[in-house]
Amino acid sequence: MPPTLHTPLMSGANAVSGIAIVGAIVVAANADGTLQTVLGIAAIAMATVNVIGGFMVTDRMLAMFRKR
Amino acid sequence: MDTMVEVIYLLSATLFVVGLKRLQSPATARAGNAIAAFAMFLAIVATVVDTEILTWNGILIGVAIGGLVGGITARRVEMTDMPQLVGIFNGFGGAASALVAVAEFLGTPTIGVGTTGVTILIGTAIGGVTFTGSFLAFAKLQGLMTGDPITFPGQNILNALLFLGVLAVGAMTLGAFGGQDPLTMFYVFCGLAMLMGVLLVIPIGGADMPVVISLLNSYSGLAASAAGFVIGNMVLIISGALVGASGLILTQLMCKA
Repeated sequence: MPPTLHTPLMSGANAVSGIAIVGAIVVAANADGTLQTVLGIAAIAMATVNVIGGFMVTDRMLAMFRKR
Repeated sequence: MDTMVEVIYLLSATLFVVGLKRLQSPATARAGNAIAAFAMFLAIVATVVDTEILTWNGILIGVAIGGLVGGITARRVEMTDMPQLVGIFNGFGGAASALVAVAEFLGTPTIGVGTTGVTILIGTAIGGVTFTGSFLAFAKLQGLMTGDPITFPGQNILNALLFLGVLAVGAMTLGAFGGQDPLTMFYVFCGLAMLMGVLLVIPIGGADMPVVISLLNSYSGLAASAAGFVIGNMVLIISGALVGASGLILTQLMCKA
């Protein structure tokens, strides 16, 4: 694998670790009480940053490589 | 419906593998990323179908906030700032996994010694380390603090003691020694785990930070996997382990490069 792909691969794998969103949804849906609800929603928001941001930024990096 | 969900989870996990594999070659990398993103979409849809969701408001608010923040940041950031951006995204992912474990613990604070209790603590610890470690790595690369290694006498001893402390407090949280309030001990446990993330990253210089971020990325995968064991979710376990393993391999490749 060429070293130039290290950062995009890291970024892509990082976006996959946003799979935590699945756990966050389960927690938020089954939340019992305010604290759990807040934690669940916070977890969803943070995991979504990871997923959306991660895949978008990986795509941006790779799009740039192709032009060169 | 259950079988259907499991099949979609399996398909999604397989597509993650295919996607990450394609990301390793220049010709297929962009398609690989799209495949992984599609796999994530599948996993989310399956989860929503499988989970009885009573109130959508909170979930939609969370997704809207996260999507806006993630999307805008991903578009606006300078190409030269990529490593720290991956770092901070990773911190969010680790925090999310930790919060899943924390919420599960708060549901049953008197869980006692057992597989679930230990898994919750593992998820909380790895997620906590990833969270603070990633944000510190971000701060170092972004120039919010010195990029030089921060070392002090007795650092290794402190780290070793801290690790033992985490184990001890973890045992107390599960009531192994009796007498301590589980909730109080759990909060101390969370604090120590986050401190561990800080101490992990401060002795490392800015130039080595991308390797650290890659390692922390691997940790966030493990944290997700642990969260998967906590709530018994297959796709979370498999995909988390996948990121954990591929992250470790990539970290090693980056060390050699």
